[in-house]
Amino acid sequence: MCVTCGCSEIPETTHNHVLPDGSVITHHHTLTLEQKVLAKNDLIAAQNRGWLRGRQTIALNLVSSPGAGKTTLLKRTLEDLQTQIPMAVIEGDQATEQDALRLRKTGAKVVQINTGKGCHLEASMVEKGLQELNPPLNSLVMIENVGNLVCPALFDLGEYAKVVILSVTEGEDKPLKYPYMFQASQMLVLTKIDLLPYVSFDVALCWEYARQVNPNLQILQLSATTGEGLESWYSWLRQLR
Amino acid sequence: MHELGITENIITIALEQAKGEKIRSLTLEIGELSAIAPESIQFCFDVCSQGTMLEGATLEIIVIAGRGVCQDCGEQIPMELPFALCSRCGSRQIKITQGQELTLKTLEIESICV
Repeated sequence: MCVTCGCSEIPETTHNHVLPDGSVITHHHTLTLEQKVLAKNDLIAAQNRGWLRGRQTIALNLVSSPGAGKTTLLKRTLEDLQTQIPMAVIEGDQATEQDALRLRKTGAKVVQINTGKGCHLEASMVEKGLQELNPPLNSLVMIENVGNLVCPALFDLGEYAKVVILSVTEGEDKPLKYPYMFQASQMLVLTKIDLLPYVSFDVALCWEYARQVNPNLQILQLSATTGEGLESWYSWLRQLR
Repeated sequence: MHELGITENIITIALEQAKGEKIRSLTLEIGELSAIAPESIQFCFDVCSQGTMLEGATLEIIVIAGRGVCQDCGEQIPMELPFALCSRCGSRQIKITQGQELTLKTLEIESICV
């Protein structure tokens, strides 16, 4: 307690007192917080994870740069697999319902989330998305994140795993340039391999870079257009359940 | 630009803790391996704090160096990127032990004494 003014400050804290001229007295005290800035997101993500587990549902967080082929892969996967595995989609974009409309043509349940100014999905958005989506028991929920290889790496959504998608029309050094995303992911899917004869993409080098960044990363390569390599992707999805 | 959202989180936490009192300064720890740019946080803070009890407050950022430990031989490794090669055994299995922090450490509150 401060002896001058009777306030409850501990004596060591800096604080000033009013002088006879009437100038304002201020106290400065320091609060020790040790508060993790993303704690709120992490808590909601943990709640999402519990909610999904209760429904025996697996959620995957699909991340990539814009144009890597997330939506094309998702559309093909829904067409080929949803008769075997119940699937639903949360589609994240800054704006428009374009992707949701495209995916709904497959007959799948799709909820679109527009992040507006946001460059990534956050756990609270997925929480709302899951409520609206109401996925069936024992299903697979595909969360298509905003196309961005930086920010989505930091935000846990409650997913089982992040799947990073990279196309052969990008540079093979993307894993080195965006290491956080490749490190946060469990699976790397290399897409558009039907274009390999026309681009100078070194697959072996890309794998080498990816493993440098994340030695435990699983890697698949496929073309959603020709269907090459899709079976390995589907096998991986089947064994998750 | 996830720093904008992160700064909004920092401001929300600080304002909640200060319970309506003016905040003079705050200390934030940012790890070198957290994928967060301290200069962007500083910039966003100056913009986002305007019109709040944080306006004019000093944001002190402490950068925490990255460190890891080799999972194969136990070597301690300084890290500037979130991956590394063990300098002793060449392993890539490095576990990050320090440098992923994003923590609001302290808040200095200014309160008028009645």
